[in-house]
Amino acid sequence: MTTDLFEKFDSTLNEYNKLPEGELNPFTVSMDAVISPTEAIINGRKTILAGTNNYMGMTYNEECLKAAHEALSSFGTGTTGSRVLNGTYNGHKKLEETLKDFYGVDHAIVFSTGYQANLGVIATLAGSKDYVVIDADSHASIYDGCAMGNATVVRFTHNDPENLERRLARIRKKDPEAGILVVIEGVYSMLGDQAPIKELAEASKKHDAFVLVDEAHSVGVFGQTGRGVAQEQGVEHLVDFTVGTFSKSVGTVGGYCVSNHPKFEALRLVCRPYVFTASLPPSVVASANKALELIKDSNLRVKLLENSMRLNSGLANAGFNMGTTGESPIAAIIINDKDTAVAYWQNMMQEGVYVNLAVPPATPNGLYLMRCSLSAAHTLEQIDYMLEKFIAIGKKLNVLD
Amino acid sequence: MTPSTTEIFDQVSELIAPFNQKSVPIKPETTFATDLELDSLSVMDMLAAIEDHFDVTVPLNILPDLETVGQVAEAIKDILDE
Repeated sequence: MTTDLFEKFDSTLNEYNKLPEGELNPFTVSMDAVISPTEAIINGRKTILAGTNNYMGMTYNEECLKAAHEALSSFGTGTTGSRVLNGTYNGHKKLEETLKDFYGVDHAIVFSTGYQANLGVIATLAGSKDYVVIDADSHASIYDGCAMGNATVVRFTHNDPENLERRLARIRKKDPEAGILVVIEGVYSMLGDQAPIKELAEASKKHDAFVLVDEAHSVGVFGQTGRGVAQEQGVEHLVDFTVGTFSKSVGTVGGYCVSNHPKFEALRLVCRPYVFTASLPPSVVASANKALELIKDSNLRVKLLENSMRLNSGLANAGFNMGTTGESPIAAIIINDKDTAVAYWQNMMQEGVYVNLAVPPATPNGLYLMRCSLSAAHTLEQIDYMLEKFIAIGKKLNVLD
Repeated sequence: MTPSTTEIFDQVSELIAPFNQKSVPIKPETTFATDLELDSLSVMDMLAAIEDHFDVTVPLNILPDLETVGQVAEAIKDILDE
């Protein structure tokens, strides 16, 4: 008898099938209409969006919409091709120029998603004789980049420079000539904590390792011109490769990697997730380009972090067990068990607030989280409404005393 | 001289203790997923403790081949012998 290929998913399906069907299922949310960066109609109910990573509220920016409309009319709905064949339009080249200007670097390559940027850069840069050394709490795209490549993969304890250095020393002792790529994130998306880039990068440089920083959740949010945590910490000179995404602060979809490495353009020839996929549609490229120009000169990040601090401190003062401090755009309440977390999420939805129910393995340390990502577009009234509902439901479910 | 596989197994068993929440008796054929009920992240944390104890690099790449405590002891032995 042959084995059903789906048999291995039985335990996952069994867990999933315990969840209710319909609007009470946290993983089948569907937006009937979107009103603004912070509001949508879900299950016929007007709902505040408090978990969409739309940090700058760029999805409905008038200049971005105008640029996208113009590109759509002039260049059509899609490129239908790879960047190395028919899929490079003026807009793609212009966007890469904008990225070079935004970061003040020599080279920029645009990918079709942020996930593919990590996948492609990590899997391609680190070859079979090389090492990739990653933070234990890395995003799935980083783990998958490691799995796709042929390098030896080593993990170090989250945000621990001493632990990283020990692992690098061991690699160097055994393999003095090997290429080493250390991969960290500017901001870790679940708990909003920043990497100590200076200490991690200095440990890396001591052992002649290259440093890649994924600024997916920090571009637009940190640094004087929104480049991310490396700029905020004044350590951009220690970073060899910066990866980012257009799907959060930039308000659309797509990914990129920028670098000053003189041979960086070689990736266009050898990086399979860049070569073997269609390029971004012209309208997406145009809105990303406009959003980056706006982000560079905007002070939206000040408003964003004020919003986040208002929600975080309000929740902390109410007595919640917080996973976040308010120093990033994330607010996450730690919930003790899965059933309470699911019930909490359902109650918030019924009160018209969409947040993320974050569960392992997306979360570190097996945590269950009610995770919010704030937006500069949230009004104080919206934040106070979220706060009021979080507290009322917290009391109802005995999460609060 | 590197320690024997038995000596390594004994040391690995001690390192696993904090992860063995149900106090399952540790034998070479004890599995991480089924017997110890460890998820993949716990296995990686356990491996980090083992790496630091023996001062070796255990690449994540070989993780799929390490299903039992005995296999981990043998892998450490191989790495130390290299």
